[in-house]
Amino acid sequence: MNENENQNETVIEMRDVQVGTMRDLSEVVLENVNLSAARGEFWVVAGPQHSGKSDFLMMTAGLMPPANGCYKFFGNETGIFDESRLADRLRMGFIFESAQLFHDLTIAENIALPLRYHKNLSPSDAVKAVDELLELTELKPIADVTPANLPRSWHRRAGLARALTLQPEILLLDNPLGGLNARHSQWWLRFLDGLWRGHKLLGEKPMTIIATTDDLRPWRNDARRFALLKDGEFVSLGAWNKILSSNEPIVKELLAQPVEENIL
Amino acid sequence: MFHIEKQWLRHAPLPKSFSNYFGRKLFLLFLTVHGLGAFALISLGVLLKKWTVAPNIIRPLIFKETARAGIKLLPMFIFVALALGFLTIGQAMAGLTHLGASGAIQYLGTIMVIVIVRELGPLLAAVLVLARVGTANVIELGNARALGDVEALETMGVDPVHYLVVPRVIGMTVGVFALTVYLILGTLVSGYLFAFLQDVPLTPSQYYLQLADSLTSLDFALVAAKSLLFGFFIAIVTCYHGLAQPLRLEEVSRVAVRAVSQGIVVCVLIDALFILLYLVT
Repeated sequence: MNENENQNETVIEMRDVQVGTMRDLSEVVLENVNLSAARGEFWVVAGPQHSGKSDFLMMTAGLMPPANGCYKFFGNETGIFDESRLADRLRMGFIFESAQLFHDLTIAENIALPLRYHKNLSPSDAVKAVDELLELTELKPIADVTPANLPRSWHRRAGLARALTLQPEILLLDNPLGGLNARHSQWWLRFLDGLWRGHKLLGEKPMTIIATTDDLRPWRNDARRFALLKDGEFVSLGAWNKILSSNEPIVKELLAQPVEENIL
Repeated sequence: MFHIEKQWLRHAPLPKSFSNYFGRKLFLLFLTVHGLGAFALISLGVLLKKWTVAPNIIRPLIFKETARAGIKLLPMFIFVALALGFLTIGQAMAGLTHLGASGAIQYLGTIMVIVIVRELGPLLAAVLVLARVGTANVIELGNARALGDVEALETMGVDPVHYLVVPRVIGMTVGVFALTVYLILGTLVSGYLFAFLQDVPLTPSQYYLQLADSLTSLDFALVAAKSLLFGFFIAIVTCYHGLAQPLRLEEVSRVAVRAVSQGIVVCVLIDALFILLYLVT
């Protein structure tokens, strides 16, 4: 396969997928999910709170099977990434909104965990790789601190570093900018753009990114692709100009624009 | 979707008749036994299949869990062993007064073997470990489940059973076995100490001979098997309740109580099985 074909390869494809919840798969929260994400695309999936963003990402990450429909990951139909599909699982990194760090481990130990587990490294063997990630994510000064002693915004950054340890090809991010101040938000947008274009840490290969959000404003970028979760349905919009030309009240809400609605 | 049926059963409105009520309880019991059995087999399978996977991460966790379910409980077990020896010898001396002092003395070793070595030692060690470490297990794992740590492990390709359950199973199995040995030895020594303080005319060598005469090689084998099984099943019951079902934070305390009750029931059932073995052999 030459470079161009590889570049256009569809890495995630969903056809008429229904998404359930982690607690109850039969409780469908999203329907008609049709998504085709090619290698190196940056998708932003927007929706208000409780619209099924996290469930959509959990299903995409193979933590639960689709309630219905066809989900293909690198061309192979996928349900849950069980033991036999560990190699596929490791092609994808996941960053939870609350980071899900282990509170009995320090930030450095959290970041080292997947690397040490899969490569059976001792703590000293993992130091070099972990140090690189700590530098990259500006976490070096707090490497030996446990998560309970840090603000939440740093947790997510540690979650990002942990997701990058195994150098995944696809990165899934659950509301990465939620609750962050402007400084942290800018850092995240710059960093994700760097990953998307191809970071030297990942061999300068462009990364496929799917991020969810409940606020579209910071994500404005003509190169990104956008989708909406609206009334339990997945609506693929395309580029940013489609967002601007949309008259959907939900789009205005996600852009924090006034919605003409009689609320009294 | 086994857990969904179970959730529905738990939250369904109370049936009007007693037969329905007990029927539902019976069905829930069957589901729990089924779930525990499946979880035990899965855990054993992972333990054997992944014994060589990531030892640099898993072995320190095993040592940590063994210390938690073993060495760290030693002070409490020394206290319990002292109290148990005093109580057993005290009660034996008081209860056998009709045999006269010299008559009662003949049975002290035998009583210690029957009561402490065969029964109370292993059972008490298991119940104490269940109370101290088993509860902590359910709460830790229940919180991990409720807060999404299990999903975090899965996204990293780390098997949650391998990372969270296997070290606890090995740690508790080894811990209960070791503490049972210490508890029995401590109780036998403290029992003699109490007899000595009460001026019971029994020399250490006589006491030792009584113990040696009452003990058979089967006792050693069965005590070892019993305590290993206690430890294994306590770990399985507590890990199962903490981990096997999706939980909300507010459910963790309720699940911990249920796990401890079921842990005690499992220990008593295993104990009953061993009494049958003693009777048969």
